[in-house]
Amino acid sequence: MTALGLAILTLGAVFLALGGLGLWRMPDTYTRIQAGTKATTLGTLLSMAGAGVLEPGWALKLALIVLFLMFTNPLSSQVLARAAHRARVPQAPQTVADALAEAEGEGAQ
Amino acid sequence: MSDAQRPLKLFATLLLFWMILNGSLAPDVFLAGLAISAAIAFLLPGGLSVLCGARLSLRGVGAALGFTGFFLRELVVANLRMAGLVLNPALPVRPAIVRVETRLTDPVARLLLANAITLTPGTLSVELSGRWLYVHWVVAETTDPQEATRAIVAGFENYLEVIYG
Repeated sequence: MTALGLAILTLGAVFLALGGLGLWRMPDTYTRIQAGTKATTLGTLLSMAGAGVLEPGWALKLALIVLFLMFTNPLSSQVLARAAHRARVPQAPQTVADALAEAEGEGAQ
Repeated sequence: MSDAQRPLKLFATLLLFWMILNGSLAPDVFLAGLAISAAIAFLLPGGLSVLCGARLSLRGVGAALGFTGFFLRELVVANLRMAGLVLNPALPVRPAIVRVETRLTDPVARLLLANAITLTPGTLSVELSGRWLYVHWVVAETTDPQEATRAIVAGFENYLEVIYG
């Protein structure tokens, strides 16, 4: 049981580390937010699951923390991305399309 | 909004969270939770809980379980793909903001949809306006709204439509 808990915890840490690497490697704000959000959510979820396996008495509360995170994490990312877009934070040169800017352009005309 | 049970559902959700966080069934803890949950539900009648607008039938619960399972699978896929992308020396990103359409009208259902999109394969909700959702896609497979809708939205929408129908 301890080994299983530690393995899950480690896996969570790996995803968190990959999220950090993603923040560093991604070319612009939006892609960085993407790398950050997904990896931290699954990484934290696995860390909590690992802690729950090690300490079964905490499981219910940990599950609640995971639930809160699953609601707040994507929400804050979405608001950050929207704020960045409204502030016209430039996008990476690889970007192929921006339907939101087009829609805003149409509205302004 | 026509859901008359809304404050009641908010109250039930708050009380449930209170009990789980306290981890105790002692009468004084329960009474304090009752009073606080009732006060919040009374003071914030417009407050939303995940239960608001949800169909509390067998079919609704089944769809909720289906949604959770589908979502967790997508979350793992999203992370594996993102990990592959980040570890790939060439970093083959092809970002785009695409427009997708949703049929959902219930505010909680729309919140869940936007959140689920943000947490799943390479997509991030940027803006919600009316029936249009603007989604940032790290490796855009298409910029056509209809195809993008099928790829990004349809999976979740089918479940949410049943729950918040």
